Amino acid sequence: MSEKKPLLEISNIDTYYGVIHILQQVNLRVDEGELVCLLGGNACGKSTTLKTILGMVKPKVGKIMFAGEDVTHQNTPARVKLGMAVVPENRRLFGPMTVLENLKIGAYVRGEAAQEDLERVYDLFPKLKERSSQLAGTLSGGEQQMVAVGRALMSHPRLILMDEPSMGLAPKLVEQSFEMIANLHSQGVSMLIVEQNANMALSVADRGYVLQTGRIVLEGEAKELAGHEELRRAYLGR
Amino acid sequence: MSENRVPEEIQENAAHEAAKLGIGTDEWVAQHEERTARKKGLKGVPQFIDESIPAWARWVVLLAAAFAFGAFVDNQYLLRIGVNLGLFVMLSYGLNIVMGYAGLLDLGYVAFYGIGAYGYALMSSEQLGHHWSTWLSVLIIIIGTALLGYIVSLPARRLFGDYLAIVTLFFGQVFVQLVLASDNITFPWADDYVDITAGANGIPGIDPFSFFGHKFLNIRDYYWLLLVLVALLTITISRINRTRIGRAWRTIREDALAAESMGVMVNRLKTMAFVTGAAIAGLAGAIFAAMQSAVFVSGFDMPLMTMIYAAVILGGSGSLAGAVMGAIVMSVLPEVLRVTNYSEILFLAVLVLTLAAVGKSVKRFTINIVSIALIGFAVKILLGFASIKITPTEEWVVGPVSRALSHWMYVPLDRVLWGNCAFVILIVLIAYFTTTTPRIKTILLPIIGYLGIFLWEVRLVTDVNTTRQLLIGAMLVVLMITRPQGFLGKPRVEVL
Ligand SMILES: Nc1ncnc2c1ncn2[C@@H]1O[C@H](COP(=O)(O)OP(=O)(O)O)[C@@H](O)[C@H]1O
Ligand SMILES: [Mg+2]
Repeated sequence: MSEKKPLLEISNIDTYYGVIHILQQVNLRVDEGELVCLLGGNACGKSTTLKTILGMVKPKVGKIMFAGEDVTHQNTPARVKLGMAVVPENRRLFGPMTVLENLKIGAYVRGEAAQEDLERVYDLFPKLKERSSQLAGTLSGGEQQMVAVGRALMSHPRLILMDEPSMGLAPKLVEQSFEMIANLHSQGVSMLIVEQNANMALSVADRGYVLQTGRIVLEGEAKELAGHEELRRAYLGR
Repeated sequence: MSENRVPEEIQENAAHEAAKLGIGTDEWVAQHEERTARKKGLKGVPQFIDESIPAWARWVVLLAAAFAFGAFVDNQYLLRIGVNLGLFVMLSYGLNIVMGYAGLLDLGYVAFYGIGAYGYALMSSEQLGHHWSTWLSVLIIIIGTALLGYIVSLPARRLFGDYLAIVTLFFGQVFVQLVLASDNITFPWADDYVDITAGANGIPGIDPFSFFGHKFLNIRDYYWLLLVLVALLTITISRINRTRIGRAWRTIREDALAAESMGVMVNRLKTMAFVTGAAIAGLAGAIFAAMQSAVFVSGFDMPLMTMIYAAVILGGSGSLAGAVMGAIVMSVLPEVLRVTNYSEILFLAVLVLTLAAVGKSVKRFTINIVSIALIGFAVKILLGFASIKITPTEEWVVGPVSRALSHWMYVPLDRVLWGNCAFVILIVLIAYFTTTTPRIKTILLPIIGYLGIFLWEVRLVTDVNTTRQLLIGAMLVVLMITRPQGFLGKPRVEVL
């Protein structure tokens, strides 16, 4: 691998919802071309971490560096313009709009969507081409996942943030979606994946972090983490 | 030879079968045509229009009709209705951007119309003694209302749904109160008070439009102007809707947070929607003032606001063709209903159509009609025996339909009392009808039909204004129940 260049680096982040202290002194890094997963149980602050990175919530203290810029005080659209893209929890497609329109919205920060970008997404997910004029809200869960990922890809992101891509999918589709993630990774896309399904996530990731009630309690290479005794007991369920 | 041919044929057949089944392609997509169920009967009409008549053909037909109307109609009253329709379409278009696309519940929208109208009035009448050129005043109005739209949008940036509704409602009322109060203002530097808006008296004697020395003295001039404007707006808005701006507006409506996380600058787009809507309404207001040659603030208050909202929602929020349709219904229908004869015919038409839609088959429909007729005779005969006093026929017959009905309809002496009773019973029965079993529905339907006609002939026919409101309201309720997305709107789907 080439030398490590940090793409995203958040340091000493403290995030509050009103008076509720959620994230406490969170440090996290994603290098160029790296696939990092953020593991943790229910309501431990995983989505909050992503929202903080994306600027949907502002941290009280801490610093967020992205692509060499301090984005701590930038708003979400500015960060998206810099190269962040998100596949939100539960996908959050625009239901009454067509698949094509959903994809095009992904390219919003770049201007009008380019045909070759669309083709690239259709190559990845041929099914979406056939469904391009169907309303996104009427797709099945697996298909919606494809649209959500395709939509994120449309902005030529430098980093894709995925919030629980396996949520609500049948086991077979979970496998497929991680295959797709591994595939994207092999093409050099940097990703930060938030997951409860630690097994699956660690099988494709380079590195991982474990979050517990708002604190990072463990971090390391994916292989190490997969073999970690405590983690096995707590999250891998065996 | 013949031995070879058999497998080939089978192969071919298999390939044919495969192609028919759409194997290898997405099966759902392959079967889409067969699987798309058509709604039968009257309920299928909107779907039919939506799916089988291409959008451009609809517009061409509309445009041709509008053109023919302007070219061949000479009746001033009809032309005025046409002009009002044009203004209504403009207002619906503007609101369609703010509410239909961007999903912003702006209840102060009509104030921009009023500001446009009053703005033009103040620049082109003896009220302040200005008679500026039409170009200049219209330009000032467009820029001014756009600016005001910008200012009003500032609170909208942080507000959604009902909160935004309250704030904009307040804005609308502030406009009305300001106009009412501005007939008597004393500036600190002056001794005498100044009358700016003439308050509730309104401003008369407004100059007509005048472009290149051509004065708009005929109402037809305004009709053509509006036709051109509406055509331009239709093209422009539907184009914008297909660009990233239009898409972004709709994402805000669906899920503003998700939109923001896609990089959509939600605040800026909300502002753009407000500004565009305000400018369109302002321009419409200026045209209205010039055409009407007088403005009164009461014309820019909630009643008009509800009509515009009704038009946009009725046609299908987010659809331009729907906005036109809604505008036609909301601006032409009240005019039609002013004439008792028309309203009577329309009422019966609606009744018959409802029966046809509910009854589904010709047989059911006939049974319902015959049952209603029988109920009518039964009531007349029974109450005839009881020799209760009736209203003499000539006192309640107002039109050809009631004349025809006069041999059948029993009309009691105290029409107000009986009418009110029928009204209450009718509402209770309809409420019950919507929840009960099919068998009871079958029995109830003719009774409801009879009561409807009874109520109409006994009470409503003589009270045109109430009737108008009731009919329009009833129509909205029926439409919202049978087609919640509006006539030409797209059905909403929820994403989980
Ligand atoms: N907008 C909010 N306001 C207040 N509390 C919130 C908000 N969003 C999330 N929380 C709380 O913050 C905690 C962490 O939430 P989240 O980051 O969504 O967890 P998860 O790890 O399941 O994604 C939870 O206890 C949740 O209830
Ligand atoms: Mg979460």
